[in-house]
Amino acid sequence: MAAGSESEPVKNRTTAERTSDREMTVTRTFDGPARLVYEAWTTPELLLRWWAPKSYGISFISCEADVRTGGSYRFVFGHAGSEQPMAFFGKYLDVVPGARLVWTNDEGGEGGAVTTVTFEERGDQTVVVMRDLYPSKEALDADIESGSAGGISGNFEQLDTLLAELCGG
Amino acid sequence: MVQHCQTRFDTAFAALSDATRRGVLEQLGRGDASITELAHRFHMTLTGMKKHVGVLERAGLVETEKVGRVRKCKLGGRRLEEEAAWIERYRRLWAARFDALDEVVEELKRKEKADGRRKRK
Repeated sequence: MAAGSESEPVKNRTTAERTSDREMTVTRTFDGPARLVYEAWTTPELLLRWWAPKSYGISFISCEADVRTGGSYRFVFGHAGSEQPMAFFGKYLDVVPGARLVWTNDEGGEGGAVTTVTFEERGDQTVVVMRDLYPSKEALDADIESGSAGGISGNFEQLDTLLAELCGG
Repeated sequence: MVQHCQTRFDTAFAALSDATRRGVLEQLGRGDASITELAHRFHMTLTGMKKHVGVLERAGLVETEKVGRVRKCKLGGRRLEEEAAWIERYRRLWAARFDALDEVVEELKRKEKADGRRKRK
């Protein structure tokens, strides 16, 4: 494959598929023990460094995560092209340190998915499997139709296109 | 999964076994049309055309959408393309996040190693 320069280490591949009428599954392997991947996923200062990818032009405004069963989280993002910040929030339904996280996605109202992430150690690596289970097929279809992937890229990609047009790009 | 595909094929073949329905697909290949327009073109009653379109819709060959009081028909499969594109955008978002997470994990590993060395001294 031509992508990336030769000196760059080869990244592990992220896969995504619709595993049922109402479920999306994302899988990725990390070169490190489960406890460290989990730590990066549950420590707000560390989350800040990877959850909002730079290439998407978004940045964290704040990140609160009370990672325990029944605790809640609230991530607020800003985007250069948008005055309104975007908030993502919900509750942790299940927390098993080093192994499993389950949280709700409440920003979209009732159609929000419940996300389950499992961390499974295999040798020196950790396999992370993330499942978004929607309340119904219609709810997942609605997200697909809205075009907003993960609540982010769709909106911002559209916004970027719009900005490029406005700027005569 | 195999069984699921088999059923879908069967439904699609059954849908294509009728000359009128094949004609409807050909017609929709030239452009979207309402059920009324299709009924006209094929000299059928509205109810008869609705039945044919229903069979094609269940087979995934045609999609319909109600626009005001009119039910618009178009060739199926476009939705699947939209879905595939959405899944790819979703995958790319997570791939971008996870590539950044790699760096955090590397750093934590280095830190742990350094701390371990310090403790052993």
